[in-house]
Amino acid sequence: MAWQKVYNGVAEGEIIMTDISGWDWDSGKKLISDISDWKKIYHWVEEPYVSSDGEKIAAVIKLPDDEVFTMCENGVAWENAFDRVWYPRFSPDGRLTAFISDTGEWALAVDGETAEDKYDFAWDTRFSNDGKNIVYMAQKEGKYFAVVNDVPWEKVFLNMTGLAVSNDGKRAAASVQTVAFKEADIVKFQEGCYSAVIDGVVWNNNFVNVWDIVFSSDGKRVAAGVRTNLYDYTVAIDGVVWEKTFASVWDPKFCPNDGSVTAPVRSSGKWFLAKDGQIFWDRKFEQLWHHMYSKDGNKIAAIVAPQFGRWTIAVDGKIWGATFGDMVTDAVFSPDGSRVACLGKENEKWTVAVDGNQWDEYDMAWQPVFSPDGKNVAAKVEKNGRYTIVINGKPIKEDFAAVWDPVFSPDSDKILIKTIETGQNENKYFRRVMPVADITG
Amino acid sequence: MHDIYDFVSGPMVWVSLIIFAAGCIYRFISMALLAKEKDPFLYNYMSPYHALRSIFHWLTPFGSENMRKNPVFTIVAFSFHICVVIAPLFLFAHIILIKQSWNVSWWFISDTMADIMTLIVIASCVFFLIRRIVRPEVKFLTSASDYIILAMVAAPFITGFWTYHQFAGCRIMGIIHILSGEILLAAIPFTRLSHMIFFPISRGYIGSEFGAIRHAKDW
Amino acid sequence: MAESVKNAAAEITDAGIVGGAAKLTPEKIEKVINNVLKAEGGARLKTYVDICAHCGLCSEACHFYLSHDNDPKFSPAGKVKQTVWEIIKKKGRVDVEFIKRASEIASTECNLCRRCVMYCPFGIDIAYLLLTVRRICHKLGITPQYIQDTAHSHSATANQMWVKEDEWIDSLMWQEDEARAEIPDLRIPLEKEGADIFYSVIGPEPKFRAQLIYQAAVIMHVAGMNWTMPATPGWDNSDMCMFTGDFEMMARLKKIHFESAARLKVKKIVMGECGHAFRSVHDVGNRALSWKMPPIPVIHAIEFYYELIRDGKIKIAKKFDKPVTFHDPCNTVRGRGLHEMGRYVANATCETLIEMHPNREHNYCCGAGGGVINCGPPYKMSRIDGDKIKAEQLAAVKAKGAQTIIAPCHNCHGGLEDLIHHHKLDMNIKFLGDIIYETMEKPE
Repeated sequence: MAWQKVYNGVAEGEIIMTDISGWDWDSGKKLISDISDWKKIYHWVEEPYVSSDGEKIAAVIKLPDDEVFTMCENGVAWENAFDRVWYPRFSPDGRLTAFISDTGEWALAVDGETAEDKYDFAWDTRFSNDGKNIVYMAQKEGKYFAVVNDVPWEKVFLNMTGLAVSNDGKRAAASVQTVAFKEADIVKFQEGCYSAVIDGVVWNNNFVNVWDIVFSSDGKRVAAGVRTNLYDYTVAIDGVVWEKTFASVWDPKFCPNDGSVTAPVRSSGKWFLAKDGQIFWDRKFEQLWHHMYSKDGNKIAAIVAPQFGRWTIAVDGKIWGATFGDMVTDAVFSPDGSRVACLGKENEKWTVAVDGNQWDEYDMAWQPVFSPDGKNVAAKVEKNGRYTIVINGKPIKEDFAAVWDPVFSPDSDKILIKTIETGQNENKYFRRVMPVADITG
Repeated sequence: MHDIYDFVSGPMVWVSLIIFAAGCIYRFISMALLAKEKDPFLYNYMSPYHALRSIFHWLTPFGSENMRKNPVFTIVAFSFHICVVIAPLFLFAHIILIKQSWNVSWWFISDTMADIMTLIVIASCVFFLIRRIVRPEVKFLTSASDYIILAMVAAPFITGFWTYHQFAGCRIMGIIHILSGEILLAAIPFTRLSHMIFFPISRGYIGSEFGAIRHAKDW
Repeated sequence: MAESVKNAAAEITDAGIVGGAAKLTPEKIEKVINNVLKAEGGARLKTYVDICAHCGLCSEACHFYLSHDNDPKFSPAGKVKQTVWEIIKKKGRVDVEFIKRASEIASTECNLCRRCVMYCPFGIDIAYLLLTVRRICHKLGITPQYIQDTAHSHSATANQMWVKEDEWIDSLMWQEDEARAEIPDLRIPLEKEGADIFYSVIGPEPKFRAQLIYQAAVIMHVAGMNWTMPATPGWDNSDMCMFTGDFEMMARLKKIHFESAARLKVKKIVMGECGHAFRSVHDVGNRALSWKMPPIPVIHAIEFYYELIRDGKIKIAKKFDKPVTFHDPCNTVRGRGLHEMGRYVANATCETLIEMHPNREHNYCCGAGGGVINCGPPYKMSRIDGDKIKAEQLAAVKAKGAQTIIAPCHNCHGGLEDLIHHHKLDMNIKFLGDIIYETMEKPE
């Protein structure tokens, strides 16, 4: 589900890097839409979403004098309206999607067009990195399956969770219940009633639990954390488990270059990084999770607690000097793998940390974004209810009612900032491109 | 007889003192290391203010709900603990002996006071014994070791009283008195009497958890 | 009344215990016990066992002991004697029958309510000791069936009630629809990144008590909160794995919960009126992940309502006019000291508050907490018999005129309902949210 995506910094970076050269990178500020105008017509305008290129802003609206909803994009409502609209999301290539329902049936609408197949429920939209392929979960008559580009799996399941999608968006996998068991039948459950399904095809073996399914970067292989009984956790790759078992395991990852699989594992009360079933990093941690590979696969970074209650980043097993007491999240490698940025929280205040160096304190911060050349880092932050963009620790001069994640231009010289302003420009959504040097000085 | 007396009042004093002191230090350090190895997080939750707050409440007579519910026990337990520490430490006869041996001395209590305190300890032990036998909830928890420990605590006081008042066989009693005192001292670190060392820690820890983390009283 | 439980050892019928025991051998028991004691039995376990003076002063703290006419087998230390002491004394060489009974004692005859911790002069955490027994029983596979099933649900769905991903979202939309009939512009904002509040509930809310979500939505709406709920697993803050001793799964659940909130970039988590879930997020589950304190502040509904009323965000139109009494859930008083805030809310919303005795930190447990009610039908009567003292406490406050019990905890509702029904007390039970919803000013 989406909660896995947030830490998948490299993949997210790739989404943006695929086809951004065609975007409007000329400097300047452009008014895209004035939401006040929408509000005058519709009254009911929900929180807005913007496309990656910043050219579109959309929100769920309710038509006046009618109990029906639709999407409004740049001030223009979709032609059709529905009983319900939820989960609006822009695809990386700028198409607007949302789940819609009429008379209790659900479908995904893309730019206002609804597929013919309807379901009893549909949720969790995912996109390929280039945005061309769309995958989501659906349920019909109490059976569960994935829908890939409007084509539902033929095979359906008793229950299905934890959707995973390959980078190209052509393959989908999830944890599925393969054996029915009655209420409170603990014996049956412990015999193993779950497995992984990939494109409708289930692994040959069952497990007590299957979690954290992940595709290899080429989409050909699938790994998952599994529990083989109530006590033994390990990693299964294409259905084959590691020889060793552990007291617990977090999400496995494929190495992008050699195909090996790594996962944080718990043993003797401590956490280690294991590779292909063997302890890999030479030290233990109180906690170790959300490990990630640099794009070339040569480096691994992870969020770790080297001692109880203190959090930091470890790169290839070596920890930063800076640690945080509350939490560390949203770690991301620079494109060349030489730098790591993350969010750290201490005493209820957030900061951005890059290679262990901390920025100012904020009330909230979002995942940092590296420029393609890796020299600059930008992040969306919130302070006193106002939002702004900070680059290399320096905030831009203005602050805003709303801001979305910044995007660097392919040559790293410019930055795209998407904002809703206040004061005279209240409710106005602007797309602006600024030279990075103007901000960093 | 004299040799035995010399032995128990000489080297044995040293032995028991060393076992007591080294034992306390050993128990304390080994527990601290065990905590560091197995439950390292415990250290993160120690809050000196809340630890002392809790200890203070539980060292104040009737400072907790449970003490108020059991007034007789509370009075006995406090009297017992005060007397069991004060009487031997500030007994004139003990101080004289120490003065003779090491030439250090300190304030002492009157012999009458010491007598009263000794009797309080003995009476408390009798109370604890009876309570152990007649109260079902205490009896259920009781094993032979509880009686042995009670006897070990009572013995130096009974024999001390006996010796001081020169009852029949007081010379032998004197030796037993010294010996039982030494056994008691040496036993403290290695029996349930180690609550003497660990009370402030267990109390302080739970006081910290209740006070600093859970914002609640623990008394 | 005590008889029904006294001979329980001879009549264990629970499928989880019986089935699990059938696979055990003395060798396996010895090995597992010693593994747990060696790997996890640290300084606390050792110190607590070493220093306990066997004084029995904890006895009167326990509602099981009091309800069984002071039967020492039900005293806190008595339960430790029948389990932990024996296990340590025999170095794990205990037989199958012993361990079956130990499982039952630890899981169904102790609510882990921690009242006894307040009565022990040394502050021995007896609940921790019995939880260690549950941990051993988990490792031996002899946890009672129904709570084990709940732990299975947690592992497979990340919620307590086998609620599927779509059923959760659908329940929220259904409650939103219902609430819109009353307040047309009300929303239950799903997946709203950057909201101030992440509202999380326990599995039974969407499954059995969906109106609580409705009421919470109305309260959030009227108070003008910027809030959200996740459309992913992680919405359930409850945690029966904490109570079965499956600490690895407890850790996984807390990870999913806190990371859902972190993903949505909220400032705090507000949770519904549940006690054990608060314990799990506030100072148990988070520790299993190396978070010293919750990484995102968790505000229990009691505190949240207190703040809303104190700050005038919620105004009371007409106070609840029937006399009420306030039941302090163990996990919100001994777990977070929220008793005065609870009373503030009760006084602000009700005409008459009549105290039950004892109260606040010293209140008696409802009998359901600590996973005991989750052990299900086989243990219903032993649970009711084991909390006769609570029924007496309720009868006394009823005699003073209280008709309604406010209990800001799900398990307490379950436990108190059974007591009221069994003892024909004819009282009704409400959540603070019920009362606030009933009495607050709402838009016309």
